[in-house]
Amino acid sequence: METFQIIVLLLDATLRVATPLVLAALAGMFSERAGVVDIGLEGKMLGAAFAAATVAAVSGSAWVGLCAGILTSLMLSSLHAYACVTHKGNQVVSGMAINIVVAGLAPTLGYAWFRMGGQTPALNGDSRFRGIVLPFAEAMRDVPIIGYIYAELISGHNIIVYMAAAAVPITAWILYRTRFGLRVRAVGENPHAVDTAGIQVDLMRYKALAVTGFLCGIAGTYLSTAHGAGFIRDMTAGKGYLALAALIFGKWKPVPTMFACLLFAFTDAVQARLQGVALPIVGEIPVQFIQALPYILTVLLLAGFVGKAHPPKAIGEPYIKER
Amino acid sequence: MAEKKPKFGTPPKIPGWVNYALVPLMNLLAALLISGVVIIIVGDNPIEALQVLVYGAFGYPEAIGYTLYYTTNFIFTGLAVAIAFHCGLFNIGAEGQAAIGGVGVALVCLYFDWMPTWLVIPLAMLAAAIFGAAWAYIPGYLQAKRGSHIVITTIMFNFIAASVMTYLLVEVLIDPNGQSPESRSFIESTWLPFFHSVIDMPRTPLNLSFIYALVLSGGFYFLIWHTRWGYEIRVVGQNETAAGYAGISPAKNIILAMMISGALAGFVGVNEIQGVQHRLILDFTGGYGFVGIAVALMGRNHPIGIFLAALLFGALYQGGSELAFEMKNINKEMVIVIQGLIILFSGALEHMFRPKIEAAYRRIAFPKPAEAR
Amino acid sequence: MTDTSPALELRRVNKRFGPVHANKDISLSVDRGTIHGIIGENGAGKSTLMSIVYGFYEADSGEILVNGEACHIDNPQSSIAAGIGMVHQHFMLVDTFTVLENIVLGVEGGFRLTEGLATARHELERLEEEYALDVDVDAIVGELPVGLRQRVEILKALYRGAEILILDEPTGVLTPQEADHLFRILDTLREQGKTVILITHKLREIMAITDNVSVMRRGEMVAHVKTQDTNREQLAELMVGRSVLLQVEKQKAQPRETLVKVQNLSYLDGDGVPRLKNIDLELKAGEILGIAGVSGNGQSELLEVLGGIVPPSSGSIQYKGEELVKSKNFTARTLRKIGLGHVPEDRHRSGLILSFEANECTILGYQDSPEYNRGLRLDQSAMVKTCEQHIEKFDVRPPDPHLKASGFSGGNQQKLVLAREMEQNPDVLLVGQPTRGVDIGAIEFIHNQLIKMRDAGKAILVVSVEIDEVMSIADRIAVMFDGEIVGELDAEDATETKLGLMMAGIRETQKAEEAAV
Repeated sequence: METFQIIVLLLDATLRVATPLVLAALAGMFSERAGVVDIGLEGKMLGAAFAAATVAAVSGSAWVGLCAGILTSLMLSSLHAYACVTHKGNQVVSGMAINIVVAGLAPTLGYAWFRMGGQTPALNGDSRFRGIVLPFAEAMRDVPIIGYIYAELISGHNIIVYMAAAAVPITAWILYRTRFGLRVRAVGENPHAVDTAGIQVDLMRYKALAVTGFLCGIAGTYLSTAHGAGFIRDMTAGKGYLALAALIFGKWKPVPTMFACLLFAFTDAVQARLQGVALPIVGEIPVQFIQALPYILTVLLLAGFVGKAHPPKAIGEPYIKER
Repeated sequence: MAEKKPKFGTPPKIPGWVNYALVPLMNLLAALLISGVVIIIVGDNPIEALQVLVYGAFGYPEAIGYTLYYTTNFIFTGLAVAIAFHCGLFNIGAEGQAAIGGVGVALVCLYFDWMPTWLVIPLAMLAAAIFGAAWAYIPGYLQAKRGSHIVITTIMFNFIAASVMTYLLVEVLIDPNGQSPESRSFIESTWLPFFHSVIDMPRTPLNLSFIYALVLSGGFYFLIWHTRWGYEIRVVGQNETAAGYAGISPAKNIILAMMISGALAGFVGVNEIQGVQHRLILDFTGGYGFVGIAVALMGRNHPIGIFLAALLFGALYQGGSELAFEMKNINKEMVIVIQGLIILFSGALEHMFRPKIEAAYRRIAFPKPAEAR
Repeated sequence: MTDTSPALELRRVNKRFGPVHANKDISLSVDRGTIHGIIGENGAGKSTLMSIVYGFYEADSGEILVNGEACHIDNPQSSIAAGIGMVHQHFMLVDTFTVLENIVLGVEGGFRLTEGLATARHELERLEEEYALDVDVDAIVGELPVGLRQRVEILKALYRGAEILILDEPTGVLTPQEADHLFRILDTLREQGKTVILITHKLREIMAITDNVSVMRRGEMVAHVKTQDTNREQLAELMVGRSVLLQVEKQKAQPRETLVKVQNLSYLDGDGVPRLKNIDLELKAGEILGIAGVSGNGQSELLEVLGGIVPPSSGSIQYKGEELVKSKNFTARTLRKIGLGHVPEDRHRSGLILSFEANECTILGYQDSPEYNRGLRLDQSAMVKTCEQHIEKFDVRPPDPHLKASGFSGGNQQKLVLAREMEQNPDVLLVGQPTRGVDIGAIEFIHNQLIKMRDAGKAILVVSVEIDEVMSIADRIAVMFDGEIVGELDAEDATETKLGLMMAGIRETQKAEEAAV
């Protein structure tokens, strides 16, 4: 029973770490499937985290914070679209610029407004998303195995974790079963075909990036108002890039991407437990190696050593009508 | 010679200064303008802030020393990003390459410090180049031979480099007598000479690597525009198919350009580790690699432009720390905001002002005769 | 709307791209239920004009009338609404989508796809039957052969209710036999009352299928005639503005020793697809060997292998009796040094670096030659001097060695490339598509240069998709189909029919049987 409990707790931690990754990776999926590289996931999340924490602290409502987070991320996403779609700017540079601006702006404003070294006040009560106990969780706790899994692993998370879980099938449905999804995929594969079919390429990309902004906003809000209790500088700590890695590792498909996020989150959950523990055969694994593992795996995938990733064909190319 | 008449219908040529001075200046201005708005939002006076910034960067000898010290790092990373650009590659990995380059410097300074100064200094520089180049070699190789997108792989390699650094400093190179993750101090014979120990000026971190950066800039210019190797790198960067046709191996040049790029980035380690810190520490790269992208973009991948852009960012860094001291509502992250905005306007939004400025120039310089419609 | 009004009418349409006046005061009237050809050289403005009709560009001035009613067309959507459909030269299809998905893109019929796809499937079955357009709607487009992809494009237009169908250079990628099939489809469309506009630069197609023809030259509409009242010579003259010698004047070739001998040459591409299959060729000094074929049948790969750009998978290439394959000489760089010049098929993709100055392009491929190097340094004055010589000898305009390559017109760019390769005085010259996108005046010049070189005892291999070109300059003609040489003819024995059959992959031996069917 001891090992079983450890595993359940590990998986529980995995879910909590995976939530922002899943949301951000799905966000990136809309952008990249529409042909726009988005290395600005990090910045959008950070911006949302700051805005959500600030507004939640002032208003006392996590939900108002969520709205602010989404709004901020949407604005940053529109900026990305304005630079890359309207002005055909370099998508990598734009994403990078957004990351840097937000990394500076959030603590600058935080410092000026709250005088707490760039942090926002600690959130509590309604200004934070708290765990939701699902029906019968306590009653079922004593049912062997299933009951424990239900009570510990499935129940008790905050609403955003469940949102992330729902976002995966919804994204898959939108991408493959709706007009919007068809057009997003088409615009990332062959924008010329989309244009001649009477659909405005630029508008489509703006729409896709709006979805990206929306999802990134939720992901960022999760960090500061659900997972944490307030904004701390650089609190995304590379999660945007990790989500990007997961998106590539999942070959730009919703369900595989979710599994990639879970895998990366699992390595994160596991590394805390493996610290200083000698494993059979390999001995003690440096914790830094486990931290680097998602990145190493992604490089190996990109190198074609573990499967082959086919990115959307028109990705990274601004759409210019040819003569 | 008779004045050449432009062929009918061809758009008049835009002179270089519009492209290379006016447009970057407008972009810079836009970035500063938005930064000013941010300063107003946080409740300070932007004009005053600008004054503090400029004074802090150039106002007194010590400030200039610091500014040039930062400039040195930006020249290295700017050149690093630029040579990759010339080969059509986007090297976001200068940060990681600089870190690993620092490891090379540290290993030489820690374990070969029995050598005389005149030998250990070039050896450490060489190690920086080799380590940086080796770290850039892998993404270069993967791009060239396996088509792995270099933007993504170099991002990943930055994170991997950070893990490697932590591992080395926590587990391997840590000073046994210390607590924090850093190596022991190097002995003085391995240090790069400071400017203030040679010429009469106040103590600053400015050291010999500044001169070295200028020499490398000259070498960069010669390599790219005046040798067949530079020619081949540019051909590959512009058109890989044509390179194949001309018998120029894209793979070879991609790997070569990335290795030179990594070596250049690695020299940040020379300035920081061998020149200033005199021990290996975590995070000594401090975002210089990322700013290198802005430097290369603003400097149009030309050494002179890169020097000017590096000087600008050096001044921002130095003036920015002064800003955090002097102004009550501004902390040092404000500089990062300005940096980001400069990258945004001179990089991502480069096509926003250019057509308008060019059109305006045409209107002013070549007024049209009234056209019959 | 009266029945006599034309299906499509254009009045004084103008379009400029910066300094280029692509369409000048174009007027055109297309009758309902006819096939109307628009013919003109490359760059005459045909595609621009049709892109305006399709709403891809907006005209600067002028009127478009559909069925007698003025239409404001400023995007493809409004054009589709007016009943206009277009089949583009480069197919506008999403390769990873199915045929069905491609066809409904833009007219999905609701937010959820499921019902829309079901109705579309139904409607397509009807259309396929009505117009004898057989395509599997569930096939992935990227896996279909080009002929079928074109049918998908036609279906796409019909599905959107197109009454006027514009086809832009539809036969460029088809064999003559596939083209004939296309023409039968167009015939059916005409019978069903649709109006077809066929844009082409091929006289054969105009004569074969159209009812009326309009001729464009340098952005202007120069003539409208009934097809039955004209002939090829007249149309050709109208296209180029003066009477052209369709045949190049030349002496009979005096072939001498074999310079290049290719045996059993095969090449698999990166995906393992065979692109060249057991090629045998001989190239003799003092002759021009033409390689004909529909583009995409291995000609490009043949040039790449012979030019040393990619190594063959198997087989042998002998040059002056010496085996090249597997030797260290077999790279694009060293082949140039031992006397093989190469004018590539696509000067924009390979022959020039458009962002480089002309003098920098002059050394492309020869950048390590001692001629241009002084120690470590590239000798820029030597580069400029050589470039100036090329410009003078080949009459390149404008004569500016510092102008960027992109600043020259197509013909002048081609001259720069030809000059570079010919002035190195190679013994063997490989030339791909010598006159693609080149104006008539330059074509003559280029053909004459090639023949002069032949007469000087050099061996020349010309790859061209233009049958006329191959027939007029080559001494021997080999035809490629699906990576193989399906046959070889003396130029004197070649006729368009014979070549056409061979280009469709029908070998000499099979020909009798096939012809009987």
